[in-house]
Amino acid sequence: MTAIDAGPAVTGRARSRRKRQFAPLWMLLPAAAVLVPLFVYPIYQLGLLSVLDFRQAQVSGGQPTQFIGFDNYAELMSAPKFWSVLWATVVFAAALVVVTLAVGAALAVLLTKISRWAAVALSLAAMAAWAAPAMTGSTVWMFLFDTNLGLVNRVLGWEGHNWTYERFSAFALVGAVVVWHSFPFVMVTLYAGIKALPEQVLEAAQLDGAGPWRSFWSITVPMLRPVIAIVVIQSIIWDFKIFTQIYVMTNGGGIAGQNLTLNVYAYQQAFASSEYGLGSAIGVVMMLILLAVTLVYLRMLRRSGEPL
Amino acid sequence: MTRRIVRDKNVARYLANAFAVVTALVVAFPIYWMVLSALKPAGEIQSATPVPWTFHPTLESFQRVLQVNDFGRYFMNSLIVALAVVALSGLVAFLAAVALTRFRFRFRTTLLVLFLIAQMVPIEALTIPLFFLVRDLGALNTLFSLILVHFAFTLPLAVWMLRGFVAAIPDEIEEAAQLDGASRWQILGRILFPLVAPGLAATSVFSFITAWNDFLFARTFIISATENQTLPMALLVFFKPDENDWGGIMAASVLMTVPVLIFFLFVQRRLVSGLAGAVKD
Repeated sequence: MTAIDAGPAVTGRARSRRKRQFAPLWMLLPAAAVLVPLFVYPIYQLGLLSVLDFRQAQVSGGQPTQFIGFDNYAELMSAPKFWSVLWATVVFAAALVVVTLAVGAALAVLLTKISRWAAVALSLAAMAAWAAPAMTGSTVWMFLFDTNLGLVNRVLGWEGHNWTYERFSAFALVGAVVVWHSFPFVMVTLYAGIKALPEQVLEAAQLDGAGPWRSFWSITVPMLRPVIAIVVIQSIIWDFKIFTQIYVMTNGGGIAGQNLTLNVYAYQQAFASSEYGLGSAIGVVMMLILLAVTLVYLRMLRRSGEPL
Repeated sequence: MTRRIVRDKNVARYLANAFAVVTALVVAFPIYWMVLSALKPAGEIQSATPVPWTFHPTLESFQRVLQVNDFGRYFMNSLIVALAVVALSGLVAFLAAVALTRFRFRFRTTLLVLFLIAQMVPIEALTIPLFFLVRDLGALNTLFSLILVHFAFTLPLAVWMLRGFVAAIPDEIEEAAQLDGASRWQILGRILFPLVAPGLAATSVFSFITAWNDFLFARTFIISATENQTLPMALLVFFKPDENDWGGIMAASVLMTVPVLIFFLFVQRRLVSGLAGAVKD
């Protein structure tokens, strides 16, 4: 039997091989059936909405939708508000990433240096902070920092100090909650990475006369590079998308929108101001920024030779 | 000389332990404060001089929350959504993960990269098109709408995580089963599925938490049908312009946090390996 004439006399083995060819297809079908309409299509729709004049009148069908090209984007680019929100989002996310990583990494190293019972205590506390839903974390911190009834003001003796009144301090408060929520992931992941390092290398360094500081920076950190890359990228993505904490703690973006980030800004434009086209354009800008970050990450993965 | 080094080492360890314990206390404090405030009587909650203890613990905040505000119903709603998402997402992700690890086919790597990129998509931005999609389906104000979107949004991470767990199972097991004449269904259901179960548990926790914690979609889709509210929105009811009911907020927060904590402790060992497996084979 030649491959060309594979008519009715196909052997059993060839048939089973062909079946094997189709197997991954039907196993991926359910995932595709969910993701295409609920994930891929909405992304396309978002792009479409962002080039339309789409407001309350169009939603209710009172006026026909109009294609307006990049007018929504032009409107954004010329609005100082957009630039200040974009700037705030980038700075806020960057600060969160740096603080989360510093805290998480410092505690991961600390975990390797302490007795077992202390490590268990610290891990359990971190787990509890990690597990707490964003919503409840926000409410508890709000209560702790409440103007009149909060414990923090009482301890500091700052009677009647309002933490969300001032832009910077409101961001700092939200940031503290986010770090509290997200450092455990960094700590646990880095700690697992450190534990997996071969001990001989560090011992050899010690014999060669390297101090703990030197061997940490020259050996541990370079060997952990893939793990570090993961926590950095994950943190960037999470911190760039913070929504619940800002929305709940600053009551929808702060006084006069002073604590808006792109995410909340897009939402408010669409659902509070019924500017669906404009909101979608902000959403597209966010997508593009995160896509750029992802592509950098993928390139790093490829460079480090990780097989996908 | 050596004795001094040993003593210095002991002192250093002692200090490190002390620092770790203090850190643990600081990190755990908000959780403690939440539980404590939920148990404080109303008078102590409203006092302008709060103290970190109470001698008169009471369940009245819990009673008020559960009876007056119908919180039990919202709790059930959240549970229904989260469990449905876990079941659906787990099953579909399992099939996809097996396909992506056990077979070599064209576009496999492309698909994998797409699953990775999908995790980066700011789903908050998708609320706008999804709102119209759900509206056109006539599914606004239903729990079904929430199940649907979270099913889709938890899939990419679930597939990505399960891949590592499937890859860790040796091929020989399946080959042996195949030689013994097991069908593909039997291999999937009776052999692979039980072996992947621990990984599935870790993955499920993430899916559960995503659905359970969701504030944004609940806020967007459940507009008027208050009987279909989920927990995060119900929590906001206790915030009042004049006087927040902090006792109620804290009691409700405890009720919302407990299931997640239980889940977390349950699978915490596998969580780390799951996340590590999710990122490198």
